[in-house]
Amino acid sequence: MPAKATRVSFGEALEELGEKIRDIVVLDADLSKSTMSIKFAKKFPDRFFEMGIAEQNMIGTAAGLALAGKIPFACSFACFLIGRYETIRMSVAYTNANVKLVGTHAGIGIGEDGYSQMGLEDIALMRALPNFSVIQPCDDIETKQAVEYIALHQGPVFLRLTRQPLEDVNPPDYKFQFGKGVILKDGKDVTIFATGGVVFNSLLAGEKLEKDGISARVVNIHTIKPIDEELIIKCAVETGKIVTVEDHNIVGGLGSAVMEVLAENYPVKVKRIGIKKFGESGSPKELYEKYGLDPEGIAKEVREFLK
Amino acid sequence: MQNSLIDLKVIATKIRIDIIKMLNKAGSGHPGGSLSCVEILVALFWEKIKRTPENALSPDRDRFILSKGHGVPALYAVLAHRGVIPYEELFTLRKINSRLQGHPSRLDLPYVEASTGSLGQGLSIAQGIALAGKIDGKKYRVYCLLGDGEMQEGQVWEAIMSAPKFKLDNLCAIVDYNKGQIDGYVKDVMNIEPLADKLRAFNWNVIEIDGHDFEQILSALDEAELVKGKPTFIIAHTVKGKGVSFMEDNHEWHGKAPNDEETKLALKELEEELNELLSQKAEVK
Repeated sequence: MPAKATRVSFGEALEELGEKIRDIVVLDADLSKSTMSIKFAKKFPDRFFEMGIAEQNMIGTAAGLALAGKIPFACSFACFLIGRYETIRMSVAYTNANVKLVGTHAGIGIGEDGYSQMGLEDIALMRALPNFSVIQPCDDIETKQAVEYIALHQGPVFLRLTRQPLEDVNPPDYKFQFGKGVILKDGKDVTIFATGGVVFNSLLAGEKLEKDGISARVVNIHTIKPIDEELIIKCAVETGKIVTVEDHNIVGGLGSAVMEVLAENYPVKVKRIGIKKFGESGSPKELYEKYGLDPEGIAKEVREFLK
Repeated sequence: MQNSLIDLKVIATKIRIDIIKMLNKAGSGHPGGSLSCVEILVALFWEKIKRTPENALSPDRDRFILSKGHGVPALYAVLAHRGVIPYEELFTLRKINSRLQGHPSRLDLPYVEASTGSLGQGLSIAQGIALAGKIDGKKYRVYCLLGDGEMQEGQVWEAIMSAPKFKLDNLCAIVDYNKGQIDGYVKDVMNIEPLADKLRAFNWNVIEIDGHDFEQILSALDEAELVKGKPTFIIAHTVKGKGVSFMEDNHEWHGKAPNDEETKLALKELEEELNELLSQKAEVK
């Protein structure tokens, strides 16, 4: 399959699910062509609500729809959703409204638009809210299954998606399991935990390291909350050293989540790879090279870390 | 009307008595904005929503969202008088392990419909419930009570912009326009006038009433039900701290509980009023 952005996979999945699950409703804030909720909007115009550029009201309206039994997917860029954190906190989390927040355009991988449109702190914020689950799929098949899971899951969910196309990582017979990490490549010297758009690059980095004689295990963490504690501890026991890779600020993201588990259960050395400051404009390829999220950048950090 | 005017007045005074008792027991809370919205809540819960323990969570129930969450002592007292929560529970307000949180928590008490207290959010939630009602062809109506100071929040105006787009004639917003907020008069802190003109400009049906006059409240609520194709906003002019002379129109009583002495004085006034109403009622019979 050619590379596909997870937002595109989401749009296709939602369009299909709309037929099967009649309680699904979708809201967008003037970005339906970017979040790909447009596909659902065209097929089910009576169950799609264009809310204009007013994200707080979109999130609150989604909460009300959920309280009346609907399954609302409220879509925007991840950074714009978390900009309305207080509404998410009260109207969704503390109200325990069954709202699915879909934040696209995650990370520096969006490229030229620059920092203002990049979701770089969203995992940190959404992870802090009780009642919320946080999911970031890494390819087409995982996204589609995650969307179906989320629709049927009772409780608020934050789904983080990419603008840029992603290569397939998982096999055609893949089965998404909520809260479970996926070992993509085994290894004994180090474990690389990656999430979302950088899982594929981490896998390529693992292969590069193999050539240097470093046996790296690569694990896809699609469910960042609740995180797979058991697998993280097991990997620490078996490979000793741990690396995390994410297109997100290293404060509060996947790296922090992994370190929280290890610090409390089985402390080992951890290296966090991710963004440490604001993003900037550039092509996604140039940005991943500059910020060390390309396969060589990841491999280089791992080599340094293991020295 | 199911209840006579005098009956509604009696209920309102009993609710005010309970609000004072609850706040005194709690030692903190918001008397001003709880006392100002009593008639609005009584009119809604006794004449329109008609909440009972049986319909309290039914899918077809009329909804009430208290967007001005700090007025929740009034809502708890109403729920107790409607039999939805035990009367004795009122006096656990703000205490550890109580379902009666300082501001409404749906996690603790589902009958409040939504968690509120961070101002500006309730009208969006009410709009969502109204939208769902439209999709499903349900007959229920959705009421949302906002504070006047709350009208300064940006999210409120986002919702005011969107509800007419969706022609939500099953949605009725009410602002408890008691003129005060923590830092002073609304007109001085951040004037919201000309409020009726603004709301009309946003395509709402607007009704302006005395929010302590049951006949005006009920006639506005009746009108709201008849208006088709647009939502209704009722601007209810009220007095902050209504019913207790030393609390009326005094910002100091926005967020301060009465001590035992002040409680005694307040209850004396309210009980005199209650007795007066009861004797009027006896004369009518």
